[in-house]
Amino acid sequence: MSQAALRARLGARSPRWHAAAERLARLERREPLDVAEALDVADDYRRVAADLAAARRLDAASRTRAQLESLYARLHGELHRPSSRPLRALHALLRDTLPDSLARLRWHLLAVSSLFVLAAGAGAALVRANPGLARLFASDEMVTTVERGRLWTEGLLNIVPSPVLSLQILTHNVVVSLFAYCAGILFGLGTFYIIALNGMMLGGIFAFTAANGLADELFRFVIAHGVVELACLCVSGAAGAAVGESLVRPRLATRSESFAHAARETLPIMVAVVLLLLGCGLIEGYVSPDPDVPLGARLVIGFGYFLFMVALLRGWVAGRSRGGRLDG
Amino acid sequence: MTSPRALEVDSATGVAVHFDLVGPGGRSLAFLLDWQIRAALALCWYVAAAVLHNLPAGRVSFAAPLDPGASWFLTVLTPAAALYLLYHPILELAMRGRTPGKRLAGMRLVTRSGATPGYGALLLRNLFRVIDSLPVFYGVGLTATLLTRDHVRIGDLAAGTVLVYDRPWSPVTPSPAADPERAALARELLARWDSLDPERRRALADRLVGVLGAADGPAAGSDTARRAALRALAEAAER
Repeated sequence: MSQAALRARLGARSPRWHAAAERLARLERREPLDVAEALDVADDYRRVAADLAAARRLDAASRTRAQLESLYARLHGELHRPSSRPLRALHALLRDTLPDSLARLRWHLLAVSSLFVLAAGAGAALVRANPGLARLFASDEMVTTVERGRLWTEGLLNIVPSPVLSLQILTHNVVVSLFAYCAGILFGLGTFYIIALNGMMLGGIFAFTAANGLADELFRFVIAHGVVELACLCVSGAAGAAVGESLVRPRLATRSESFAHAARETLPIMVAVVLLLLGCGLIEGYVSPDPDVPLGARLVIGFGYFLFMVALLRGWVAGRSRGGRLDG
Repeated sequence: MTSPRALEVDSATGVAVHFDLVGPGGRSLAFLLDWQIRAALALCWYVAAAVLHNLPAGRVSFAAPLDPGASWFLTVLTPAAALYLLYHPILELAMRGRTPGKRLAGMRLVTRSGATPGYGALLLRNLFRVIDSLPVFYGVGLTATLLTRDHVRIGDLAAGTVLVYDRPWSPVTPSPAADPERAALARELLARWDSLDPERRRALADRLVGVLGAADGPAAGSDTARRAALRALAEAAER
């Protein structure tokens, strides 16, 4: 086809492009389209592609070509975007993707949990050998309070109301978990550092309170929220370790692709962790500091919530059967 | 405002899709625009909520009371902090990769295959802000955009997204339209548009815009589209 004929052909297309842009704008605004209109959009994509190819042959830098490039790119983006049904996506994530992701992380989870336990043991041994080291893990105020024979959590609700306490704790826990995950980008070392540090802090503080006869009190405070909270930290760490491993031993062509793949695979786990930490924040704000809640109730809440966590991570809460088959 | 780098994506039509990638400067501009918007929103909330909170005590002030209590934290501080900290995650999810700042700067997010990103990619991108924002003012993220080939931060690497320039659509008429005689006809047709029979004026517009009246027969689209094309035809001759 001659250049003149191509120009003539393009000239005839202008109203069609405008109509295509109008339909596209409606699609981008999430306005519902009927079947015929949806088919028109697919047709627009094909026709604009043909016109753009002609425009590229005619002129390298015309305004027409620039506009067609933009229209074509936007049509391409909208036609290839994933479906936008957030609740259905969340359900599929909790039922299918999350248990599969967790199954792939079982060795990472074992390694990170072992590191956490070892670090807690090391922290406890250090503080038992030299009680002065407790100041590495706790503030001066906390240390002084414990040395006077009281836990720093006593009367906490008189100082900070439950809703505020819940919110502060929730924010802190989510940030720590996200750090444990994202720090995996340092070839996993950042994740290991955060897990080991938290383990040492827990072990050190428990040893310090035990030395002052307050270990039972601390256990009583921690048990309702701590089981799931610490498990969430280990799960985040496992996800971070998987991200780190993708950089150390890339499974795809490049480290960048491998990193993106690992991040996508572990995202469902982080979504579940944040959801679980919401519950931990509420328990730690309302149940743990309340002296009227008996130990039995704390144990039931702590281990009951842990069972819920297992059910959530295995997909049972969202309708996955125990054998891994999907119900419904 | 073009980027030295472009992303080219294969498509089912056989015609590659081109995207102009945004460099560190463009990204900083969009970030600063968003930062000003979210800072202003958070500040407005704080001032308004603080004044309302203090009114029952007979004080017109936005200073924290001596004994703030839970309601101060929950109605004044927390929403203001949430507006500031959750601005990007919430708006990127709601606007599919287009925050107000990016829109003002003429940019949007796409995946490496050119698609509009889904919720998973956008969540992942925002999750890694924890690292990108270190140590201050997105130092890690900015350094990453300087060092990576496609000018992306770590969150983009994880999510498989890139920031590209987004040109809004405006009606165009290709170069044959720059014909003074046809432009004059287009102006005349526009002037007489309302007085002409709808079928007749559509046929005239299609012939005029379609140069030789060939190719597609009657042009697809609404009367609005035809009038926009006629206006573009008239303006093209004036340029």
